[in-house]
Amino acid sequence: MASDKIVTFTDGNFDTDVLKAQTPVLVDFWAEWCGPCRALAPTIDALANDYGPKVRVGKLNVDENPQVTMRYMVRGIPTIMVFKGGQMVDQVVGAVDKGVLKQMLDKHAQ
Amino acid sequence: MNADHPHLRNVAIIGSGPAGLTAALYAARANLNPLLIEGLEAGGQLMMTTAVDNFPGFEDGIMGPDLMAAMRKQAERFGAETRTGNVLSVDLSDRPFVITTAEETLRTRALIIATGASARMLGLPSERALVGHGVSTCATCDGFFFRGKPIAVVGGGDSALEEATFLTRFASHVTVIHRRDTLRASKIMQDKAFANPKISFEWDTEVLEVRNPAQGLVSSVHLQNLRTGVRKDLEIEGLFVAIGHTPNTDLFKHQLEMTDMGYLITREGTKTSLPGVFACGDVQDHVYRQAITAAGSGCMAAIDAERYLEALGH
Repeated sequence: MASDKIVTFTDGNFDTDVLKAQTPVLVDFWAEWCGPCRALAPTIDALANDYGPKVRVGKLNVDENPQVTMRYMVRGIPTIMVFKGGQMVDQVVGAVDKGVLKQMLDKHAQ
Repeated sequence: MNADHPHLRNVAIIGSGPAGLTAALYAARANLNPLLIEGLEAGGQLMMTTAVDNFPGFEDGIMGPDLMAAMRKQAERFGAETRTGNVLSVDLSDRPFVITTAEETLRTRALIIATGASARMLGLPSERALVGHGVSTCATCDGFFFRGKPIAVVGGGDSALEEATFLTRFASHVTVIHRRDTLRASKIMQDKAFANPKISFEWDTEVLEVRNPAQGLVSSVHLQNLRTGVRKDLEIEGLFVAIGHTPNTDLFKHQLEMTDMGYLITREGTKTSLPGVFACGDVQDHVYRQAITAAGSGCMAAIDAERYLEALGH
């Protein structure tokens, strides 16, 4: 089941928990009704276990958090974004291989 | 698992849609201790659907992802082991067969291929650039983002019309863009779409370009009428591509017999051109392509694999 290392991001906490974070942050934009998002969930869990506390890993429900979803022009899910120093530095759309996400995190988690 | 060779399996199954999970269920119940490897599209095409109303046994329908979760649990209850990881290569020239994923290399005496088929794209650079920013192949995933907005669906088959009809829940208008002047879709889907006031059609029409990658959003599509040659722009914010599927058989090229379209050829049930390798589901079926036929052929593949192993003396 979902790793307890996974953070829940919202419109309310996004600025403090993502943009002002000291570490890189991986945000998984998802929704309950999205099958591929469900398929990706175990991969996100594994990343939280592998990279915590070097990288903060969390999810943002697009259904419940329209502001952040709009701000980053997310129009398809799952979308995975990496934030560092308040900026979105990388993104990938769709259920991708763990290796792709690891490469992304390795690049930014130095 | 074999004590001498920890990475040697009796049966490995690649793919976790209805075919793969049913094969896993039957192989597990036959005490073959199957390993099921699931890739990026875990759960298969049903993960992108909403209500499935034609799977027998669910009189009120069942959500596609829920059906897949239930199939997986059922297979696991009997000891099927599942592994997440994209298969990078398969070597069928050696026995036991060699499967390499990003994480490991393993060997198996029998292989069941259930890799299914994936959504086809138009193949335009502008389309690729805008995936996730207005271009989508998953209406149930992404329809939500187009509430009150005009969108288009490309395609003329059942899935195109099903998506178009589904998307009218969100969109202000749905234009179906189709290369011909008749639809391949079933009568029932056509009637539904024609009766829907939010759906209109662009017949004999091809998409030349999706605009505007520079803005990072879909703003319109540039269309050409194939009969008249006339070009025009259609202002939309979302483009859903539903032009069919291609079988996922790249891993097996030059190793197994395939049709010109890349489907694996099976004979006498689920046997491929190589003894010990079996194929089930959409990867070998471009005719029926239903959850129930995929599940049925998954069962057949497990039984065929079991008999093959018995004949080998395992």
